[in-house]
Amino acid sequence: MKVLVAMSGGVDSSVAAALLLEQGHQVVGVTMRLWGGESDTGCCSVSDVDDARRVAQQLGIDHLVFNFTDDFHRHVVDPYVADHARGITPNPCIECNRHLKFDRLLERADVLGFDAVATGHHARIENIDGVWRLLRGADDAKDQSYVIHMLDQDALSRTLLPVGTLTKVEVRAHATRLGLRTATKPDSQDVCFITSTKSPDGATGRSSFLRRRIELHAADVVDDAGEHIGRVDAVELVTLGQRRGVAGGGGNKRFVVDVDVPQRRVVVGPESLLLVDRELGSSPTWTHGPVDGRVWVQCSAHGEPRAGSIRTNGVDGNQVDVVWDEPQRRVSPGQSLVFYDRDGGWVVGGATTASLTTSAIR
Amino acid sequence: MSKSLVYLDHAATTPMRPDAVEAMLPFLTQTYANPSGSHRFAREARRAIDEARDVVAGVIGCLPGEVVFNGGGTEGDNTAIRGAIERRAGVVVCSAAEHHAVLHCVEHEKGHVVGVDSAGVIDLADLERVLRTVSNVSNVSVVSVMAVNNETGAITDMRAVSRLVRSLAPGALLHTDAVQAACWLDLRTIWPLVDAMALSAHKFGGPKGVGVLAVRAGSDVAPLILGGGQERDRRSGTHNVAGIVALARALESTDRERAAECARVEALRETLVARLMSVGGVHRTIPADRAVPGVAHVCIADVESEALLYLLDEGGVCASAASACASGAMEPSHVLAAMGVDRGLAQGALRLSLGHTTTESDVDEAATVVTSAIERIRSATKGR
Repeated sequence: MKVLVAMSGGVDSSVAAALLLEQGHQVVGVTMRLWGGESDTGCCSVSDVDDARRVAQQLGIDHLVFNFTDDFHRHVVDPYVADHARGITPNPCIECNRHLKFDRLLERADVLGFDAVATGHHARIENIDGVWRLLRGADDAKDQSYVIHMLDQDALSRTLLPVGTLTKVEVRAHATRLGLRTATKPDSQDVCFITSTKSPDGATGRSSFLRRRIELHAADVVDDAGEHIGRVDAVELVTLGQRRGVAGGGGNKRFVVDVDVPQRRVVVGPESLLLVDRELGSSPTWTHGPVDGRVWVQCSAHGEPRAGSIRTNGVDGNQVDVVWDEPQRRVSPGQSLVFYDRDGGWVVGGATTASLTTSAIR
Repeated sequence: MSKSLVYLDHAATTPMRPDAVEAMLPFLTQTYANPSGSHRFAREARRAIDEARDVVAGVIGCLPGEVVFNGGGTEGDNTAIRGAIERRAGVVVCSAAEHHAVLHCVEHEKGHVVGVDSAGVIDLADLERVLRTVSNVSNVSVVSVMAVNNETGAITDMRAVSRLVRSLAPGALLHTDAVQAACWLDLRTIWPLVDAMALSAHKFGGPKGVGVLAVRAGSDVAPLILGGGQERDRRSGTHNVAGIVALARALESTDRERAAECARVEALRETLVARLMSVGGVHRTIPADRAVPGVAHVCIADVESEALLYLLDEGGVCASAASACASGAMEPSHVLAAMGVDRGLAQGALRLSLGHTTTESDVDEAATVVTSAIERIRSATKGR
C-alpha cells in the first residue's frame, strides 16, 4: 500500500514509519505544521520537524511538511479559548485528532493518491467479522484509543496504527535497533501550543496564553453553605472537581463542585456533592453507528473506566444519556466520554460532556 | 540530475553555468592562497578578485570601488539597510512585497511598509504619501524597493520610485534588492537610479554563498561584519576567492546573453502560461509585459499549492509556491496578500520559474504534469 505516515518527530511515529517500511509498504512521511505561535515546546516546533525529517532520511523515505496552521487555529485554538471563556475545560488534543490528524490529513492523503494514513498512536484497528474495530493499545499505560475515539468506519478502514501492538519499551527497542535519533526522546506531555514553563511572575503557561486572548475574571470562592471563604484570580481557569489552588483550606477533602462564570463564583464542598447518577454527552460520534446499552465509559485520557449504560436521544440522536451503575464524580464540562464495548473491549463511540450547571444533572 | 526531471525553480536557484564552474575550480585546487597575504601566491588570488571586481562593475555600470563582495543577497540587503541607518537617523521605508531579507530588517527597525498595487509592485501614490508624512515629522533614512519581485516576477518602475525618493526624501539612501533582476534586466539602467544594489550569484549561474552589494561612492554605509577589514573595511572576512571569480564569470555571461535569453525564455513562458490557462480557473498573477521573462506565476482556483507541489514532485517537476518557513512548511504568500489576492485563491499559488537551461520539452512536460495534477486534485476534492 501507499501510506502517508504522520511523523511528529517523536519515537512512536518514527517507529511507525520504520515498521511500515519493513512490512513492504510504500511510505512517505509528513509533519503537520499546526502552530506558529510562541510555544516551541510542542509537536510542531522546528526541532521536532528536524527530528522527523532526519528519521525519514535515515529510513530512506520522502518527508513532507504540510502547513495546517489555519485549520488548527479554526478547529483547535479558537474553540479552546472560547470554551475557557465559558468556563469549559476542553481537550484540544482530541479536537486536533478529530479535525487535523484524521479529517484533514485523510482528505489530503486521498487527494494525493495514498491508500492509507498512519500515525504513532498506541491503539489497534482490527477488522472483526467485517467491521472495523478500534481497540486499546497493547501497552495499557500508553493506550490512546481514548483520544482517537472519533474515527468512523471510513476513517478506520484507511488508518494504520503500527505501534499499537507494541509496548512503549518495545517501541524504544525498535528505535534503538534502527539507530533512530528519536529513540530516547521523552514523550510529549502537555498541550502542544502552550508552554509548560511558568512565566517569571509564576503564571502557568495556560494562564498566560489565555490572558493574552480573553479577559480572565477574579471570583469568589464559597462553600456549599454559601459562606465566603476566599478568592481566585481567574474563574475561567477553575475546573470542576479540582482540589488544588482554591482557597479555603480543608485540604484534599474539598472539591470544586460548581463553577459559575457569569456570576464569578466558585463553590467548593465535599466529594459527595460531586457524585451523580447520570451524565449527559453531546455531539456523539460512533465507530459503527449508534449504540445503546451497557458499556465501559472512560472520562479522561488515562482514567479508570466506569460501568454504565448509554442511550441516545435528542434531535437526530445528538445527545447521549449516560446512567452510571454506581454514583460517580461529575465529569468536567468539555471533556470527552468514550464508550467501550463491555465484551469486545473496542471503542463504540464518544461524546463531549455538555452540562454546565449542577442542577441540570441532579 | 536524472534525465526525467524538469527543473522549473530557477528563481530559487539556477544551475551553475559551466563556464563559472570552470572558472572557479583552479581557485579551489591550485590558487588556494588567502588574497590578503603578502607573497606571490596571495597576489595571484588578489589579482583574480580585482579582475572580478572590474567585470562586475562593468555589468552594473558602477565604479570598481563601489563593488563590495559578500555572502549573498540577504547579507547585501541587511548591510544596505542596517548599515545605512547606523550612519543616519530617520525612518526606513520599504514595500510590502519585499523579500523577507528586507522586510524583516525594516520591521526590526520599526520602519514603514508601503502598500503594493494589483500588479505586484510598490504603490507609488502610497509611497509618495508615506515619504511626505515621514518627512514632515522626521527623516527618511533608507528606502528599499526591489527591482523584481521574487515570487511573481513583477518589475518595479525604479525610475518612478527614484524620482519620488530624490524629490521628497533627498537625504535618504535608496537601496534596491536586484537579486531577481540580474538575469533579465540590464543593471546599467537601474544603477544610476539608486545608491545601493544587492545581487546574489546563485540566481544567475554562480555558486551559493557569494554576492555583491554595490554602494555608491560617498554613501555612508556601516559594515555589518567587523574583522580584518577586507573590502575596504566594508565587509570583513577572508575573501571567497573561487566564489567571487565564478560570480563574475556568471554575471558576465548572463549580461552578454541577456537580450537573446530574454526573448527565448519569454516565448517559452508564454507557451507554458497559455497551456496552464487552458485548464480554466487558472489566473495569471502578473501581465506578461510587467513580469520578467523567467517567471510564470499563477493562482489556481480550488487547488491547494501543497497538494499540487507534491503531485508535481511525483511527476518529476520541480516548482514552488511561496516562501517556506524554518520547518519547511509553505507559508501563505505575503506578496499575494499585499496585492489583495483573495486568500483562498492565494492558497493555490504556483511559481514556475525558467532559466538558462530550460528547453521547449521542459515546458511541454511541465504543462502536461501540472494540468493533469490540477484536474486530479479538483476531481478528488469535488463535492467535499
